[in-house]
Amino acid sequence: MTKSNEALWWLLFGAGGTVAAFLAPLQILLTGIVAPAGWVREAFEYNRVLALVSHPVTRLYLFVLISLPLFHWAHRFRFTLIDLGLKGGQRAVAIACYGGAIIGAILTAVVLLKL
Amino acid sequence: MKINLKIKRFNPETDKKPHWETYPVEVEPTDQVLDALHRVKWYHDGTLTLRRSCAHGICGSDAMRINGRNALACKLLMKDVAKDGGTVTVEALLGLPLIKDLIVDMEPFFAHYRSVMPFLVNDEPLPEDGRERRQSPEARERFDKGTWCILCAACTTSCPSFWATDQYLGPAAIVQAHRFIFDDRDRAAEERLKVLNEQMGVWRCRTAFNCTEACPREIPVTQLIGEVKKALATGKLE
Amino acid sequence: MNPYHRRVAPTWWLSQRTYFLFIVRELTSVFIAAYLMLFLLLLYQLSVGREAYEAYLRFLATPGMLVFHVLALTAALFHTLTWFNLLPNIMVVRYGENRVPAIIVAGVNYAAWMAVSIFIAWIVFSR
Repeated sequence: MTKSNEALWWLLFGAGGTVAAFLAPLQILLTGIVAPAGWVREAFEYNRVLALVSHPVTRLYLFVLISLPLFHWAHRFRFTLIDLGLKGGQRAVAIACYGGAIIGAILTAVVLLKL
Repeated sequence: MKINLKIKRFNPETDKKPHWETYPVEVEPTDQVLDALHRVKWYHDGTLTLRRSCAHGICGSDAMRINGRNALACKLLMKDVAKDGGTVTVEALLGLPLIKDLIVDMEPFFAHYRSVMPFLVNDEPLPEDGRERRQSPEARERFDKGTWCILCAACTTSCPSFWATDQYLGPAAIVQAHRFIFDDRDRAAEERLKVLNEQMGVWRCRTAFNCTEACPREIPVTQLIGEVKKALATGKLE
Repeated sequence: MNPYHRRVAPTWWLSQRTYFLFIVRELTSVFIAAYLMLFLLLLYQLSVGREAYEAYLRFLATPGMLVFHVLALTAALFHTLTWFNLLPNIMVVRYGENRVPAIIVAGVNYAAWMAVSIFIAWIVFSR
């Protein structure tokens, strides 16, 4: 409709929040608790995981899973800082947050392409 | 019942900053908070300054912060805010400049309101019978909730985003914009949406929900703000 | 007229339960982002080789990391709950002029969440 690009960041925030809402809990359970604790060792054996993760569909899934919630964090965190009292440097904080998310998305793509 | 009314006082002519004063008053459980404030003003301290008009919940003049929540003083009954022997805190709405005691400067609030063009814009000629622009009940229903607003400022002054940045238009201005944007007799939706699309427009809303809780007219403010966001994001008016 | 400008204290969110829960909700995004970076690191170690991957898993098994992940899981669950509960009240789904009741929209989301989670768990554990 018009030129302010706030709408874009808000859409990314919404998409990232939805992805996180659906996928984050199970993911954290799997790679943060089940795998390190060694409860289902066979499932997390190196070759098996490598094969699973190398599949193009899995790579796409992982890219969406990691990069979109980063934009969700960037948008939410930037405004939360303001709510918590940040007065000056708001533009710099916005650039740092969205920039951080963009860098994170690029790094994700790089790692996923290496697999 | 006996209640301690703890009021945040500020006299610009004598005080450096606001300070709490406590007044013991005798009230009925069915008295309004406004009645208790009157008791203080008429029998304890005549300098207590507040705005009030209709005293029955429709003009919106006496919006204030009672026990930490925005409400109309004439809509809250004493039995809702305290038990016998308890304390009720009353202070002016937050986020707007304080003039005296419970009175805030409403000009910034009204300035945001004016910026969304809160009036019907339609330069097309009237229908042939020359009387009015007709509207179906369904079309009227679409924006009905926005018409309930009494501009009391309870919502905007309960919003953490507004506290942080008072250039944010605030929930009330957005609700008023919604009322006209979704009115099918209006032709200026595009211009209003442009104002709302700016940095200090609708995107400052964090969905904290304070506005919906504070509204004495029970307008689902957050939902209406969401509908404006959706219109801006999709480019369509539903 | 010289109005007095009051600052709302940066601790405003500690004064009421609803305010506190709002800020907690917003900060869950920090935990989720932090987790995803640790997860990205896991994927990187995977690309380096078996020793790197297994060493990283041992690192994740240290008490500090496990505590973090439990906190992150709690944060993610809080995010999911608040997201599904609030969204229907904000983004209204209409059919014609009527509105789909909020509880149905939320219910559909919860059901889909369960289905997706089960599907992914199945892929990870059995395929």
